[in-house]
Amino acid sequence: MTDTVLSVRNLTTSFRSAAGPLTAVNDVSFDVRQGEVMGLVGESGSGKSVTLRSIMRLLPRGAQIGGTVTWAGQDLLKLSDAGIRAVRGGQISMIFQEPMTALNPVLPIRIQITENLRAHTDLDANGRAARARELLDIVGIPDAARRLDEFPHQFSGGMRQRAMIAIALASNPRLLLADEPTTALDVTIQDQILNLILDLRDEFGMSVVFVTHDLGVVAATCDRMAVMYAGRIVETGTVADVFARPNHAYTRGLLGSVPQAGAERSMLLSIEGTPPGLAAIPPGCAFNPRCTFAGDTCRTTRPELTSLGPDRSVACHHNDAVVQAGSPVA
Amino acid sequence: MPLSEFLARRLLQLIPTLIFILIVVFVLVRLLPGDPTSAILGDRALDADVERINRQLGLDQPIIVQFWLFVKSVFSGDLGNSIVLKLPVTTLIAQRLPTTILLTVMAALIALIMAVPLAFVAALQREKLADASIRGAFQVGLSMPVFYLGLILLTVFGARLQWFPVGGYGDGFLDHLYHLFLPSLTLALSLSAILMRNLRAAIIGVLDAEYVSFAHAKGLAPRLILTRHVLRNALISTVTIFGLSIGTLLSGAVITETVFAIPGAGRLMVDSIYGRDYPVVQGMTLALAVLVSVTFLLTDILQAWLDPRVAR
Repeated sequence: MTDTVLSVRNLTTSFRSAAGPLTAVNDVSFDVRQGEVMGLVGESGSGKSVTLRSIMRLLPRGAQIGGTVTWAGQDLLKLSDAGIRAVRGGQISMIFQEPMTALNPVLPIRIQITENLRAHTDLDANGRAARARELLDIVGIPDAARRLDEFPHQFSGGMRQRAMIAIALASNPRLLLADEPTTALDVTIQDQILNLILDLRDEFGMSVVFVTHDLGVVAATCDRMAVMYAGRIVETGTVADVFARPNHAYTRGLLGSVPQAGAERSMLLSIEGTPPGLAAIPPGCAFNPRCTFAGDTCRTTRPELTSLGPDRSVACHHNDAVVQAGSPVA
Repeated sequence: MPLSEFLARRLLQLIPTLIFILIVVFVLVRLLPGDPTSAILGDRALDADVERINRQLGLDQPIIVQFWLFVKSVFSGDLGNSIVLKLPVTTLIAQRLPTTILLTVMAALIALIMAVPLAFVAALQREKLADASIRGAFQVGLSMPVFYLGLILLTVFGARLQWFPVGGYGDGFLDHLYHLFLPSLTLALSLSAILMRNLRAAIIGVLDAEYVSFAHAKGLAPRLILTRHVLRNALISTVTIFGLSIGTLLSGAVITETVFAIPGAGRLMVDSIYGRDYPVVQGMTLALAVLVSVTFLLTDILQAWLDPRVAR
C-alpha cells in the first residue's frame, strides 16, 4: 500500500448567516496517497469546493473549520498564518475553475509566476526568470519568452489554464488541489488540460485532488473517488469499483445521467429535483426526497458512512437494492 | 507597445474636442445678457459712439467672420484685452490660472492622502466600528457646503488658533503652499469623501475576486497581496471618478477663492462676469475648458497604465 500524504479527518466547515450557522462541509474524512489522483464528485453546492478550500484555509473570514487536516506530520488547520503561507503554493498548490478570473488581469504572467518563486524559493531574479520560461515550456505554452510579458486577456482560454497550472507548479508542490479546472473549457481543450495534469503527476510524482461534477472527467483521470452530497461523503471507492457497482442511489443516479458515446441508445436517467439548500437539509438521509429507493428509515435516520472493504464505503440504508439494480454504465 | 498607439489616438481625439470648445465658448459669450459696447460706454451712449466701438471690436461683422477672427486670434495667442483691467487677457490668465491650478493640485493630493489609507482600513474592517466611524465622518464632510466648511476652518485654524493665515496668497512658492493649505483642505474634504466611498467599494469587490484567492493560494504575504493585487485593480474605477472630480474641483475653486480671498482664476471669472468683461470671460472659459480636457487626457493615460486592457 502506498503512503498517505494528506489525511483529512472529520472536516466540518460552517459559515455564519442571519439564520444561524450553515454547515457546508460535514464530517468529511478521506486520504490522498502519494502519486494518486483522488476525485471529489458532486453537484454544485455539495460542498466539494469548500472542502478543497478548507484544506488550504482559503475561506472568507467568519468561516469555522473543524476537524484535522494532516500534512507532513502537522495539522494544517492549527498552523500559524506564516506556517500555512509556507505550505500554500510551496508544498500544496491550487488551481481554480475559471482562469480568466483567477489570474490578475492587470499583471503580466511573468510577475504572477515569479512572485510565487519569490515566496517559496531562494532563486535570484535571473533564476526566477529562467524558471518562469521553463515552466511555460513544461505546460506547453509556445514562445515562452515573449508570452511571459503578456497579460491574461491576451491568452486563449486553454492557454490561460496552462498559465495557471504553470504558476501552481512553480515551486514544485507535492500536492495539487484542482477545483474544476476544465469546466470552463471546450471539450478538446479540456482533454489536453487533463492529459497535461496526468503527465505532470507522472513526471513530478505529485498527488492530485480533483474536484469535478463531471463523471466523464473522473473516469478519465482519477484513481479513487469520493461522492459528496449536501456536505457529506456518501460513497467512496476506486473509480473502477464505483462505476461498476454503485452502492449509493445518488451515485447511481449521477452515473445514469452521463451520456455514453457508442453505447446502445437508452434513456438517460436523471435525478429529479435539485440538491437541498444548506439551510434546509432534510432529516434522515439528505438525498431521500429525490431517491427512488427511499423507505421510511431514510426519512428519519441518517445512514452512517459504513466500510464495505478496503477503500470502499457507502452511506445508504438500501445499498443492497441499489447494487441489485445494477450500474447504468456497466 | 500598443500604449504609444493609444496615446497617439487619444491625442488626435483632442482636436475635435478643442474645436467644439472654441465654438461653445464663442457662442456662450454672445448669449450672455448685455453687450460689451454698452459695458464700455454705459447706458447713455450716443449712437455714433456705439457704432464706432462696435466697429473697433469687430462686432459689426457677420457672425461667421467674427468666429473666424476669434479662432485666428486664439491661435496667434491673442485673446484680446480686458475692458475693465485694460490688460491683455493672456497676461491675466498667466497671472491667475497657476494659483487655481496649484490650489486644485494641492486639494487633489490632500484628498488622495486622506482617502486611500482610510478606504483600505474601512474595506478591511468592513461593517465593523472603524468602517462605520470613517464612513460617518466622511458623510459629515460630504454633506457640508464648501463655503460653510471653509468658514469653520478659517475660524478655528486661522482666527482662533492662528496656525494658518486667514486669506491671501503670500509671496514665494512655499508661502503659497502655506496660504493655500486651508483652502485646499476645504476643497479636499468633499472630494476625499467621494474617493473614499468609491475606493472602499472597489476594494471590497476586488477582495472577493478569484485572483485574490489565487494570490493567497500562492502563499503570498497579505501586504503584498494588498499593494500588488488589490490596490491596483481597485484604483482603476476610482481614477475615473478622480479625473471627473477635478472638473468639479476647478469650479468649486470659485467659492473657495472667494471665502479665502485668494487672487485666483475663479475670482477673476466672477468679477469679469459682473463687470461684463467679455474678453476675459471668453479667455478664462477657454483656458479652463482646455485645462479640464488635459485633465481627462491624463486620467485616460493613467487608467491605460493601470489597466493593460484599456490600451488595445
